[in-house]
Amino acid sequence: MSASHRHDVVVIGAGIVGAACCYYLARAGLKVAVIERGAVAVGTTGAGEGNILVSDKEPGPELELAQLSVRLWRRLGDELGPDAELEPKGGLVVAAGPEERRQLDDFAAAQAAAGVEVRTVGHAGLRDLEPYLADGLAGGVLYPEDMQVQPMMAAALMLRAARDLGAELRLHEEVTAIETAAGRVAGVRTSTGGLSAGLVVNAAGTWAGELAARAGLALPVLPRRGFIVVTEPLPRMIRHKVYTADYVANVASGSAGLEISTVVEATVSGTVLIGASRERVGFDRTSSMKIVGTLAAQAVRLFPVLAGVRAIRFYRGFRPYCPDHLPVIGSDARLPGLLHACGHEGAGVGLAPATGHLIAQIVTGQTAPVSLAPFDPGRFEEPARA
Amino acid sequence: MPDQPSPRPHVDISVDGIRWSVPAGSSIAAAFVASGHPGWRQTRRRAEPRGLGCGMGVCFDCLVTVNGTRGVRACLTDVREGDVITTERGSGFAGLAI
Amino acid sequence: MPAWPSDPRGTPGGGPRHSDVAVIGAGPAGMSAAVVAAQAGCGVTVLDLGERPGGQYWRWGPASDDGRFHHGWTAFRGLRDSFAGHQAAGRIVHLAGHAVFHVDPPPAAGESGASPRFTVHAVAGERERGYAAVEVSAVVVATGAYERQLPIPGWTLPGVMAAGAAQALLKGSAVVAGQRVVVAGTGPFLLPVAVGLAQAGARVAAVVEANQPLGYLRQPLGLARSWRKLPEAAGYLARLARHRVPVLRRHAVVAAHGDGRLRSVTVARLDPAWAAVPGSQRTLDADVLAVGYGFIPQVELLGEAGAQLRRGPDGRTFAADADADQQTSVPGLFAAGETTGIGGADLSCLEGQVAGRAAARHCGHQVPPAGPAIGRRREALRRFGSLLDAVHPVPPGWTQWLTGDTVVCRCEEVTLARLLAAVDLGADDARSVKLLARPGMGWCQGRICGAAVAAIVAGHRRPGRPDRDDLDFPESAVSRPLAQPVPLEVLAQAAQERATGDMAGSPDHL
Repeated sequence: MSASHRHDVVVIGAGIVGAACCYYLARAGLKVAVIERGAVAVGTTGAGEGNILVSDKEPGPELELAQLSVRLWRRLGDELGPDAELEPKGGLVVAAGPEERRQLDDFAAAQAAAGVEVRTVGHAGLRDLEPYLADGLAGGVLYPEDMQVQPMMAAALMLRAARDLGAELRLHEEVTAIETAAGRVAGVRTSTGGLSAGLVVNAAGTWAGELAARAGLALPVLPRRGFIVVTEPLPRMIRHKVYTADYVANVASGSAGLEISTVVEATVSGTVLIGASRERVGFDRTSSMKIVGTLAAQAVRLFPVLAGVRAIRFYRGFRPYCPDHLPVIGSDARLPGLLHACGHEGAGVGLAPATGHLIAQIVTGQTAPVSLAPFDPGRFEEPARA
Repeated sequence: MPDQPSPRPHVDISVDGIRWSVPAGSSIAAAFVASGHPGWRQTRRRAEPRGLGCGMGVCFDCLVTVNGTRGVRACLTDVREGDVITTERGSGFAGLAI
Repeated sequence: MPAWPSDPRGTPGGGPRHSDVAVIGAGPAGMSAAVVAAQAGCGVTVLDLGERPGGQYWRWGPASDDGRFHHGWTAFRGLRDSFAGHQAAGRIVHLAGHAVFHVDPPPAAGESGASPRFTVHAVAGERERGYAAVEVSAVVVATGAYERQLPIPGWTLPGVMAAGAAQALLKGSAVVAGQRVVVAGTGPFLLPVAVGLAQAGARVAAVVEANQPLGYLRQPLGLARSWRKLPEAAGYLARLARHRVPVLRRHAVVAAHGDGRLRSVTVARLDPAWAAVPGSQRTLDADVLAVGYGFIPQVELLGEAGAQLRRGPDGRTFAADADADQQTSVPGLFAAGETTGIGGADLSCLEGQVAGRAAARHCGHQVPPAGPAIGRRREALRRFGSLLDAVHPVPPGWTQWLTGDTVVCRCEEVTLARLLAAVDLGADDARSVKLLARPGMGWCQGRICGAAVAAIVAGHRRPGRPDRDDLDFPESAVSRPLAQPVPLEVLAQAAQERATGDMAGSPDHL
């Protein structure tokens, strides 16, 4: 192995989470190298809608993380500039019928008690917020803190800011092994050489489990496939991120089958993004007209004006999920010097800054602002060696 | 134009409210070009004129609204009697912005 | 065409199946495949984007139905008559104005007994925007090719169009695109376009060919086998000379100028790497620039259905692999014509015939095997196609003609400056440039700008980035799960029941 540079930390993966780790580590004064086998944000980040949400999180560790992250995103928005397209647009969750509305109201009340800003909206108020929303919905909840960002640009801009502070970005280079010495991390071996460093952060997203295996460790990060339908560019017709109340249940579901809910939001470029589906089918890249057509049908039910609007493409992404639907953030007790920052499922963009901040806190020995125990890499009961 | 042996049948259409008489069997794009309008769409970012591009439905430059249907490819679509055609500025859906 | 023995399943009154074979595209390859398959007794559904059959090669209209400006008109008339005959007999159903957006391959083996079926999904009518689905045992994809464009300053001005667009105006609608036309680009296609315009009364100010067709002489073997093609080119050149149209070689139009519409172009001599030779620039008045730099096969339906694709010689196109029966790597899925590689109309017809025959056999019809002469002729024509690639390359020096404000992605209006800013941010391959700067994210989904963006990205890659075609122009660049824009309500219908064996709607007639 050739040790060509002196670094404190190697971050593996230049998606949104890797970029955030790199950014906060560089700002904490460490010498960071990011190693990415593709290019910036070409993994799951490139398939993301750019959601920054508190609305879909029930009170608990993930909500705490999300609240921290939303605060950090606001600051990042100013630092990264308008190219990141950070929009504090707010999220609107709608309930189709009275029973669903009751459940939504209960959920929102619990979130409010945990400090989330919520505003219940009656049937009439829905159309004030979204003029093109279908008639006949029971009501909804507005979450003013929800935001949207252009995730690929945000990742690239964070990496540039980090590079301005001395971080190094190495693309088209794949980490093939994590090197150890005396039971500690010593660096990484890559497809073109290697790097020595005492700290390695696994931010390899949906491939984080595969990467951990290259260090001989088990990490149960698996893909959960989702499709997004993209429309032709439109003038602004939809103001918020709008989704149906069943979304939350689908995210939390342990089912391997298809979970499908309705999510519709506009973008700065004018396209409208339509989701959301979740399935555990490995990395199956084939298309499903059935799923895509169902997403389209649902979107039209929610916004009838979209009936004649054309989809110009759809794509799939693989969310990295853990069995308990919580990310993995923190040091791996099995290999000192190895940290994980992965497994964010569909919330990677939203939770990235908090993750990066926590990683920087851990590495610099500072107290984390939230409890790390729920995200501990050691929480899974896994076999001794992968 | 070379001499035509006999006059072609024409159809009446309206384009942005103005009546045009166009030979039957013309594409809508041909109707625009033949009447001296090489551009008939305005792009949404730079407000630039576009007209006929590839001529075969691949480039989506020639879009026009026909009888209320937005984003119709003028190069692929023949004129029909009574067509009401409106040109698109920025987007065929511009009127729906909130 | 040889006569087939009659197939009892195809007898009138015996209920011919309209859903044995779907043929996508009604150009030379598609029409040939449909006629041969129908002749063999198949029920054939032809889905085509255009309002009339003939594709791009045989673009025609009511005012231009006499073969003027056409090549191979007699052959087309014969094919069109056969096509119409089969339609009248109910063996061919022609769905005009249908935009096929997806082909579902048969579900994995294990379905109950029934023979595996493809589902072809289409938007029915450019105006009407309905939904049509066809379930068949075999699919022939004959979706042809479209012209390659190079961005230049001013290329978005109205009046700048594909060479084929000027020809389509003439052949399809009997409209001459303008008063003073410059025909430019590279490839033998420029000649018939220029001749057609000149014969129709346009003043063709120049034909501007970027390459040096004497290159044909440097390909001796190819030349000997493609001897038949030479008189064709000589004939066009003679006619251009008669119309006093100057033909410039090793020149290109490097900029277009105008105020809301084209007024003039700048022509420059090119060095071997295609940089403009300083001092060689001249201005030509023109209100039409008809331009094209070769052809790009339309293979997205094939790729999405799982067919193996191969990269073209310049790394910027993909074509479908097909065996001696024109079958792709997916059983029952055939590719014919330009989708298997650019080769011209004669080759397209031949491949269409072979595909139609093989599709019929795949559906269980008895079809006599083709003689070896067909294979030999196909090889000869394919060699000529490869010869064209060698003589009409597109080196990347054209990227130097651009300024920062030149729009590269027309749909999203992404300039060269914006692309380079993305590269600067760390996007040094095509996929990440697309994610950051959005070229290829508009209606055309990168068909027009994809190869151009690839050349720009390749030319600006950071030191250390490997020089790899799959980074500049990955196969995912031609992966388009929706091959056409689809209204959301149509997509919604596609999620429901598949069409039954009977056709929805009545057959179309010419």
